[in-house]
Amino acid sequence: MRQDLVLEQMSEDDDRSQPSDLRSSSSSINKTRNCSGSISASGSSTSASSSSSASSIPLSIPVTEYQSPYPDQVLENVLENVLCFLTSRHDRNAASLVCKSWWRAEALTRSELFIGNCYAVSPVRAMGRFSRVRAVVLKGKPRFADFNLMPPDWGAHFTPWVSSMTRAYPWLEKVCLKRMSVSDNDLALLAKSFLGFKELMLVCCDGFGTSGLSFIASKCRQLRVLDLIESEVSDDEVDWISSFPEGESCLESLIFDCVECAINFEALEKLVARSPSLKKLRLNRYVSIVQLYRLMIRAPQLTHLGTGSFSPSEVMAQGDSEPDYVFAFATCKSLVCLSGFREITPDYLPAIYPVCANLTSLNFSYANITAEQLKPCHKKLPQTSNLLGLQAVAATCKELRELRVFPVEAQEDIEGPVSEVGLQAISEGCRKLQSILYFCQRMTNAAVIAMSENCPDLEVFRLCIMGRHRPDHVTGEPMDEGFGAIVRNCKKLTRLAVSGLLTDRAFSYIGKYGKLVRTLSVAFAGDSDMGLKYVLQGCPRLQKLEIRDSPFGDAALHSGLHHYYNMRFLWMSSCRLTPQGCQQIARAMPNLVVELIRYGSLENQEKLDDVETLYMYRSLEGPRDDVPEFVTILRADG
Amino acid sequence: MEIGVAAYRKNDLNLKATELRLGLPGTDDHEMEEQTSVRNNNNKRPSPDTGDDCGVKNKSEAAGCEEVTPVAKAQIVGWPPIRSYRKNSLQQKKTETEGTGIYVKVSMDGAPYLRKIDLKLYNGYAELLKALENMFKFTIGQYSEREGYKGSEFAPTYEDKDGDWMLVGDVPWEMFMSSCKRLRIMKRSEARGLGCGV
Repeated sequence: MRQDLVLEQMSEDDDRSQPSDLRSSSSSINKTRNCSGSISASGSSTSASSSSSASSIPLSIPVTEYQSPYPDQVLENVLENVLCFLTSRHDRNAASLVCKSWWRAEALTRSELFIGNCYAVSPVRAMGRFSRVRAVVLKGKPRFADFNLMPPDWGAHFTPWVSSMTRAYPWLEKVCLKRMSVSDNDLALLAKSFLGFKELMLVCCDGFGTSGLSFIASKCRQLRVLDLIESEVSDDEVDWISSFPEGESCLESLIFDCVECAINFEALEKLVARSPSLKKLRLNRYVSIVQLYRLMIRAPQLTHLGTGSFSPSEVMAQGDSEPDYVFAFATCKSLVCLSGFREITPDYLPAIYPVCANLTSLNFSYANITAEQLKPCHKKLPQTSNLLGLQAVAATCKELRELRVFPVEAQEDIEGPVSEVGLQAISEGCRKLQSILYFCQRMTNAAVIAMSENCPDLEVFRLCIMGRHRPDHVTGEPMDEGFGAIVRNCKKLTRLAVSGLLTDRAFSYIGKYGKLVRTLSVAFAGDSDMGLKYVLQGCPRLQKLEIRDSPFGDAALHSGLHHYYNMRFLWMSSCRLTPQGCQQIARAMPNLVVELIRYGSLENQEKLDDVETLYMYRSLEGPRDDVPEFVTILRADG
Repeated sequence: MEIGVAAYRKNDLNLKATELRLGLPGTDDHEMEEQTSVRNNNNKRPSPDTGDDCGVKNKSEAAGCEEVTPVAKAQIVGWPPIRSYRKNSLQQKKTETEGTGIYVKVSMDGAPYLRKIDLKLYNGYAELLKALENMFKFTIGQYSEREGYKGSEFAPTYEDKDGDWMLVGDVPWEMFMSSCKRLRIMKRSEARGLGCGV
């Protein structure tokens, strides 16, 4: 039984009978998918179509029974050759809806499989439809799991996927996982099952350790990319760097800045020396600046560098001459992206001056340095400036597209240096800004409005005023008008995160103007059900909605019934939902999986009327079979 | 008396309950007030550290809240929304500049090897327990002063300066930090008899 991911009727034209003048030639058409066969066939088919359309279709046949003049096979051959050029999955999804043969052709030519929610479809179903996939992208847990709002062992296990892939995709080359639980066994299976495996990216994943990495390093002989990004890697005390085989390696990218254990540096140095294609190298904080020097001079072709600790290790013998770090950076003429600086000693900062002018990305978010210390860097960038901190960034980085400002101290109540002044400055200096993530202690509507007017290209606006329910600190007003201006003026906005004191009015603005918004994050905001109703009824493109600690209840939840099948997921924690309200949703929408997640055990919940966390998502598979005991899935017939 | 979530103050577990006072239970007006204002808005997860989160909706309530909570607000779980990986990196730096951390070994019944953690990285019991849950992949139950940790097969215990094994959470956080020598996540069946009895 096949079911398309979008629950709409496809046009059925399987029952076409072939016109008699083509039947003899159809049997000779090459059934294998090769270019030459289809080109000659297509030539004859077009001429046939113009003649048969006039002769073989009686006028009494209704339009829906139009008979195609040329064989399916030919059409599919042509299609497949054309569809190969379609890379966007959105385009492919659209193409697959045209008719059954387009659906088939598209399924056979899709080489990258993207699954936005690993529970929306089963491995068997996905692999049954797409049989020639070379790359798989899988996303698991919702984003709020990153902030400890979800108990461990909730799910999103890679195991069922990797087991199915070993059977379905022997030629698999690339796997990219985000927020999945991956075990060492999974990695071992991956390493030994796919001979041509080339790229592994694990973003915000957990459940594995250095022993799993060792399997990958040793068995994947074609490995080009091993990227570990913000993942939790346990220290199994296995020297995974030494597991890479001897001889020249085809490594192009090695990112392990999140690995919180020491690595074998000598082995790493030898690996870098025998990886002539290595372009991206991001070291963890156990690599000292002296070791960094040795690596850089061996890899002058690097384009992306994560510097590791950027400070010397404790032991430096007297009389040791310091390496010439400026020289090392000067040799890496292709550097465009610099990050790391995990334990930076500001004295060493001037070493990066030679590359500043070429940088398109500079990440100091882990560096504990002051704006004053950063100043000379700005002088090396195309424009010079005497201003400080964010104002300096604003003045010098005119081409800036993306900015992320994190707090040094991630607490609510302390006075921090980042405020509306910085945001205002950025908005005036970086007019081409497309994406901003900004943590601050206090903010004003005026600064947010200024940004909405100065940066019309904004697609991502994420403002986190860390003090909950904080109003505009100058006027005392809610932050409604600021966010309202953002949705009104930034016509390309697709992602929005709100904070501060917000009334339902802010949500009415979002519903009215945020027509392209796909992802919305809400925390500690709103007055009543109307807030959520505005959004659910006003934002047709909404796909991911995550809400915490806001006073939205069952009535608000009910107002989104028309839209939930269009969404990837809805997360609501610590709101005002009841199990009865959620049950109604489950009853009304059988293809939604409605999960109630509770943190403590049931007996300790003060009231059984409370829903701690609701996480619901569309799925073709119904309730998953790996549910932990703290999750209840509401059944449609419950 | 099972005190509601509002009673969990600051980084301590049920400090109010252990406080010796003359007076009938329920006579603390301030607490009842907090309870009602908090009820609608705070994180209802039975974590010990939801603390005095004042559900303010307008300026005047905000002002009122400031009066009753003169000290820094409790840390709400998962707020601000920064990944613990990044938080820990920055906190580690802070600790390193401020002096050495307080490293204690952590063992768990049934786990093959021990871990070591720096108590200074955590602002209170809630963060510590969360970190332990993540580290060993299990769930700690709901703490109550009377019954210890219910709702899970494990209970967190520690060895104090006198060599006694204590249930985590009974004493104020600072006292715990200075007296804790090592941690052990015990099977609850063995933890009976510790702390305030089960």
